[in-house]
Amino acid sequence: MVGPAQTHRLESGGLIDRAAPLGFRFDGKSLAGFQGDTLASALIANGIKLVGRSFKYHRPRGILTAGSEEPNALVELRTGARREPNTKATTAELYDGLEAASQNRWPSLRHDLMAVNQLFAPIFVAGFYYKTFMWPAKFWEAVYEPAIRRAAGLGRAAGVADPDHYDKAWAHCDVLIAGSGPAGLAAALAAGRSGARVILCEEDFAFGGRLLADGGTIDGVPAAEWITRALGELATLPDVRIMNRTILFGVYDGGTYGAIERVNDHLPSPPEHQVRQRLWRIVARRCVVAAGAIERPIVFAGNDTPGVMMASAMRTYVARYAATPAKRIALFTNNEDGWRTVETALAAGLQIAAVIDARPDVSAAHRALAAKGGFAVLNGSVSGVEGGKDGVRKIAVALTGGARAEVEADGLAVSGGWNPAVGLTSYHRGRPKWRDDIAAFVPDSAPPGMVAVGAANGAFGLGSCLRQGFAAGAAAARDAGRSGNAGAPPVADDEDFSLTPLWHVAGKGKAFVDYQHDVTASDIELAQREGFESVEHLKRYTTLGMATDQGKTSNVAGLAIMAVVSGKSIPETGTTIYRPPYVPVAIGAFAGHHRDENFHATRLTPSHHWAAEQGAIFVDTGLWRRAQWYPRAGEKDWLESVTREVKAVRGGVGFCDVSTLGKIDVHGPDAGAFLDRVYINTFSNLAVGKARYGLMLREDGIVYDDGTTSRLAENHYFLTTTTAKAGPVMQHLEFCRQVLFAELDVQLTSVTDQWAQFSIAGPKTRDLLREIVDPAEDLSNEGFPFMGAREVALRGGIKARLFRISFSGEMAFEISVPARYGDALVRNLMLAGKPFGVTPYGTEALGVMRIEKGHVAGPELNGTTTAADLGLGKMMSTKKDFIGRVMARREMLVAPDRQVVVGIKPVDKTRRLRSGAHIIPKDKTPGPDNDQGYVTSVCFSPMLDQWIGLGLVERGRERIGEIVHAHDPLRGEDYDVELCSPVFYDPDGGRQRG
Amino acid sequence: MRIVCPFCGERELGEFTYLGDAKPARPAAGATENEVFDYVYLRDNVAGPMSEFWYHGGGCRAWLKIARNTLTHEISSVEPAAGVGARQVGA
Repeated sequence: MVGPAQTHRLESGGLIDRAAPLGFRFDGKSLAGFQGDTLASALIANGIKLVGRSFKYHRPRGILTAGSEEPNALVELRTGARREPNTKATTAELYDGLEAASQNRWPSLRHDLMAVNQLFAPIFVAGFYYKTFMWPAKFWEAVYEPAIRRAAGLGRAAGVADPDHYDKAWAHCDVLIAGSGPAGLAAALAAGRSGARVILCEEDFAFGGRLLADGGTIDGVPAAEWITRALGELATLPDVRIMNRTILFGVYDGGTYGAIERVNDHLPSPPEHQVRQRLWRIVARRCVVAAGAIERPIVFAGNDTPGVMMASAMRTYVARYAATPAKRIALFTNNEDGWRTVETALAAGLQIAAVIDARPDVSAAHRALAAKGGFAVLNGSVSGVEGGKDGVRKIAVALTGGARAEVEADGLAVSGGWNPAVGLTSYHRGRPKWRDDIAAFVPDSAPPGMVAVGAANGAFGLGSCLRQGFAAGAAAARDAGRSGNAGAPPVADDEDFSLTPLWHVAGKGKAFVDYQHDVTASDIELAQREGFESVEHLKRYTTLGMATDQGKTSNVAGLAIMAVVSGKSIPETGTTIYRPPYVPVAIGAFAGHHRDENFHATRLTPSHHWAAEQGAIFVDTGLWRRAQWYPRAGEKDWLESVTREVKAVRGGVGFCDVSTLGKIDVHGPDAGAFLDRVYINTFSNLAVGKARYGLMLREDGIVYDDGTTSRLAENHYFLTTTTAKAGPVMQHLEFCRQVLFAELDVQLTSVTDQWAQFSIAGPKTRDLLREIVDPAEDLSNEGFPFMGAREVALRGGIKARLFRISFSGEMAFEISVPARYGDALVRNLMLAGKPFGVTPYGTEALGVMRIEKGHVAGPELNGTTTAADLGLGKMMSTKKDFIGRVMARREMLVAPDRQVVVGIKPVDKTRRLRSGAHIIPKDKTPGPDNDQGYVTSVCFSPMLDQWIGLGLVERGRERIGEIVHAHDPLRGEDYDVELCSPVFYDPDGGRQRG
Repeated sequence: MRIVCPFCGERELGEFTYLGDAKPARPAAGATENEVFDYVYLRDNVAGPMSEFWYHGGGCRAWLKIARNTLTHEISSVEPAAGVGARQVGA
């Protein structure tokens, strides 16, 4: 779509492609621009000055800058799910069909009723939230906050899931360069020619930095030609990578840098299978920061009127985009560089209304230019601006000497000098140092391996930029061990950037320092009067520099004003701490592909695909996805399925995939001694071919993990951990082995993923196993007794490990086969088990059976319980040292009134027991004083035909048979329960031994 | 942050897990409760050079002793956590 004529576009010139017209909409209005425009330049070309309303006072605002330092021109870009708030119009590339809307106005940008806030300006001063909304306290959530959120603020988030994809990538190089201005390109040439691996990141879509607007002559040719040559040469160098639309936003330890590449933000939406943005982590031996400088405003009354613009931005729009922010321009400057805007404007045929120069003297050359251009040069300062949402009309000037003057103009270019972009160099708490000659902070120190050059280093002249950039690029390559010939540096002259500092012009009316957060010069003065003099206090009290632009145009002016009112120098006043990111980065880019189902890795059990075929319901436990139960046709809910599974196991045979248990092979002559030190019980005396339950403590005496360990050979143990602790236990054991007990000759190998392990349980377990295991293997009670463990051959010859251990309390084995046979094994178990009615069971039935047997699990091994709390105190050996032994004896850990594991069942057998319910003595009022513990695990027991549970209850084991009160304020339930033995089913354990 | 693992070379922070101060030594069997208490709970809050245990779980699974400046994150040395263990890990 292509809209109407562009009223403020020059007939010729600029770096736009007039053969590629683009249509776009702003607040619903159809407009036109060209390829090569930003949204800001296209708005200017269409004569639009008013682009937004301010944060607090809803003042009309225009475009202030032409870069990522922009505080005002924030828009909601795109629509629907892709709507992105607070997007800078100055960096958003124009594309055909772009839709943007202004923010923070109602009902419309031109008629914003919230502008009434300006009338209440006296109460909106610094700290007004703290002062105004103090009382009544309960009003804060109900009244004040919602009202403030409605009235103040920026754009609206899309409110729905982001449809785009984001990528994350790593890159490595010798020399990383931030910025493609003259300094950056010179650095890339020097480093590249030296043979270094170079990555150059440029925020803009076009390369050249300020050369794109200001031109100049380099090596005797126009800047544009030099850029083309430089890019051409860089393209021929094999290890030089040039990335546009990519900005370095952070510096991390060890030469790691964060960069965001806006891969497809210049298109309406990313092409299919492409990402919107890519987050780069770049590891570089050296980094050359050629990030340039930011022109700073001068603070005066009405300086936020649309049409007031940075002088460099004004000439950027004219020269680079052939767009005219104003027809009759006034310039307010305190320095030589500001005059370049006059030259650019005159060259483009624009009218200059006047130059207001705050310096005592203006050069003869400038006076001659004024005479030729027919405009006045006023020695003084701008003291006020007359105008409004339609822009600047008249400018009030306080002349040096006291007289006043007025200038009629529709645009005011302002130049207060340049601030080097010190962000990247300061992110490691580096404090920039003040340089009086340029009245600006420059990098003092930088993170290791980083150096700032050119304007970012306070060297503004073109010749200096080239010189510094080239030298730094060559040095960085050398430091990285590249010794090629860098050749000759590019040469240019230095321009005059001399200035007389001027920060603030006194006058009537609001004078803004931080445009985006509506912080005025008087707010800073107020903060000083109220004692918030430190820059960090000033920042937080006034919110100066805390908006999305992070004070790029406001921080230095703000602390300069603070310096004046507090009677200190600017370096004494100091800067706040700089923190990344340099520009806002979409959270989606940090997440990358790690969202939704890919938020974390999913580990599938060896029987997963088979279970899915059976229609199993799955549950995510940690990273694992496990079958929770296997519903059958006609079953009305999970409970019915789980009850059937439990009954099938206890009455016949069933199996469950327990491959998720952590598995560790322990090898070596000292394997037994090692296990003795990490478990509370002894393993060195375990017979080969036997398994034993083990309990591990933390060094502070609290239970860490449990599991069975089998001795498969003299020097070979096979240890299992809980599913949840598989990783941490491996790490802990490696610590014990490598650090604590390094003298032991033992090796650990994690084999969790190498073995598919199934629990086969129920009275018909042997019948089923005999169909699977080689008939030569003796599975009888004598040949393979309870807690036996050994390698067996399966029918067909595959070796398996067989463990006669039981978590369910039934006659049971666990069988493990190499993981690749897991699927085959489960299918064979189903086939061979058909005559016995074999039933697969999931984690729910597994849990039911362990509760019926009183086995502790995660809810009881909760990081607060001791071995004795779990009823396993007798396992603690007194004959050896082990991790946690000494601390476990501490007074509070052996106190008689500790909460210990006990069985719990409702007195009313039809009642459902709920975990989390608190245990209160029968005659006491529920409350913290009478709280004696809580229910940790519950299930419906098919064998007892009622809900049962385990709990941690004060002196629980001494109180078997006592009726207590279960108090569940979360669910509003109160009922009586009986404390009982935790072993509900088969208390003498005959079934598992049979 | 980048850590140069003595076995794997220069790797990214995400492969490593931090444990803490490498200075306290586990008391021998028979130590008093006070000695063990100090070992388990008492730590210096170091501002400056510190010797720390790190675990290269995303690589060779070696426990490393790393000399790091807690103020600057500068790493001045990385070595296997214990002499004998180191030989075993490296072997």
